[in-house]
Amino acid sequence: MEYILGIFELSAINLVAVLGLSILTGFTGLFSFGHAGFMAIGAYVGGILTKNLHYPFWVAIIAAGLSAGLVSIVIGRLTLKLKGDYFCIATMGFGEAVRLIFSNMNYVNGARGLADIPQFKGASLAIPFVVAVIAIVVAWNLVNSRQGRNMVAVREEELAAQMAGINVLGSKMVAMIASAVLAGVAGALMANFIGFIAPKSFNMTKSTELTIIVIFGGLGSISGSVIGAFLLTALPELLRAFSDWRLVFYGLAVIVIMVGRPQGLLGGSELTPSGIRKMLADRKAKAAFARAKAGGRES
Amino acid sequence: MSMLNVNDLHVSYGGIRALRGVTLEVMQGEIVTIIGANGAGKSTLLNAISGFLRPGQGEMHFKGEKIEMKPSRIVKAGICHVPEGRLIFANLTVEDNLKLGAYLRTDRKKIAQDLERVYGLFPRLRERMKQLSGTLSGGEQQMLAMGRALMTDGDLVLLDEPSLGLAPLLVKTVFDIILEFRDLGKTILLVEQNAYKALHIADRAYVLEQGKIVKSGAAKAIAEDPAVKEAYLGAKSTTAG
Repeated sequence: MEYILGIFELSAINLVAVLGLSILTGFTGLFSFGHAGFMAIGAYVGGILTKNLHYPFWVAIIAAGLSAGLVSIVIGRLTLKLKGDYFCIATMGFGEAVRLIFSNMNYVNGARGLADIPQFKGASLAIPFVVAVIAIVVAWNLVNSRQGRNMVAVREEELAAQMAGINVLGSKMVAMIASAVLAGVAGALMANFIGFIAPKSFNMTKSTELTIIVIFGGLGSISGSVIGAFLLTALPELLRAFSDWRLVFYGLAVIVIMVGRPQGLLGGSELTPSGIRKMLADRKAKAAFARAKAGGRES
Repeated sequence: MSMLNVNDLHVSYGGIRALRGVTLEVMQGEIVTIIGANGAGKSTLLNAISGFLRPGQGEMHFKGEKIEMKPSRIVKAGICHVPEGRLIFANLTVEDNLKLGAYLRTDRKKIAQDLERVYGLFPRLRERMKQLSGTLSGGEQQMLAMGRALMTDGDLVLLDEPSLGLAPLLVKTVFDIILEFRDLGKTILLVEQNAYKALHIADRAYVLEQGKIVKSGAAKAIAEDPAVKEAYLGAKSTTAG
């Protein structure tokens, strides 16, 4: 029972980070391979505050989000003017730099990691779920606000968005900060859930994992990210019986989805009543279009 | 009244100097065209005016005020840019694309009127208003891009190669629409490779060569200029053996 609960806890924590990346990658079109860096900042801030300074969990979580957000402002200033691949590479560099800094910091035990961090137990085990729900609400409201529509416009056609008068750099910055805050919060949750953090938990594999989940769930879909986070966090655990083979199955599952549904599980649509209606209407329109096309060819 | 003043504008891409001291003026209500070969710097000039590129040197004034180098402010001030290659939002419907043009405006009534006006000007867009704009033909997309520019309600319209890649009949339509833009009170700065058509509808013209203005004057006079005729209008040189 505790094991199952643990999987759900981990899924909820991953979900918070994935939602952050979903805002940046799925809605604004900026691919980041350094989000584990923001998680690391959150995890260490949270870990130090709860372990060394004995602050309550909530204070640590909020402080973790804020500090990751602050760092993202600096990083955003430096990198958001870069286009496409260059932004990717810069974020990758950032992620690795953060990892190396923590590996060489004596205060946090360097590469040996920070152990004996106070863990969630009893009632406080609910914290990750509460935070995940808050994160869903925040992300949902953000992407459906004017600001969110600006982000989508920037993703779709940056120059055209600029010509309509959208502050492109500003929109990217908002997306960057929001995603970093969520990643930082997820980092703190991780630290307090597992009780131990080491720099190598936040390497590029972690960043890539987050990106895979966002793409798997579908770019531009909050509900897709939610489903993706739960499925892909639980999957390796369900496959634990296959021991060494489980990562192969994990990879296969991702490949099958990408081949069968290149747009991801729910690319661009949402699992809400109106979202489902829209999906069905689109499908109908597409079928009608195909029929008309076929009919036109015959005549 | 002077609408746009560009004074000694220099723009470089790295070490390559694309514009080397361009000075030009556009008066209110005019159609001014810039003609020149590929790589002369025509698009660079328009992109610098709308703030997508940062000039290395030089000043620009719009309605007497210095242009701030921020694209969103420039749109707000009233300069609207119809880019080369159209750049519409392919996944939005025609109507949503048009509404996006009015992004910075808040006067709902006027926006609705302008939308009607655009549909009046482009009946094709009305027919297709619920269609995804990525499925439009090239000519329709150009119309959509021009309609979107009208929706910004700017006073100065920058048109970058509006006839690029269009069938001859559509080219004519596009140029007719440019004239209608003027009748609506817009001032137009037109960049075109189709120099013949452009000189035909313009009031004044500038000839841009390797980042410098080499000739300017009334469009009719430029069209008669032997050197221009030879280089851009396809006339045989009379001096050559």
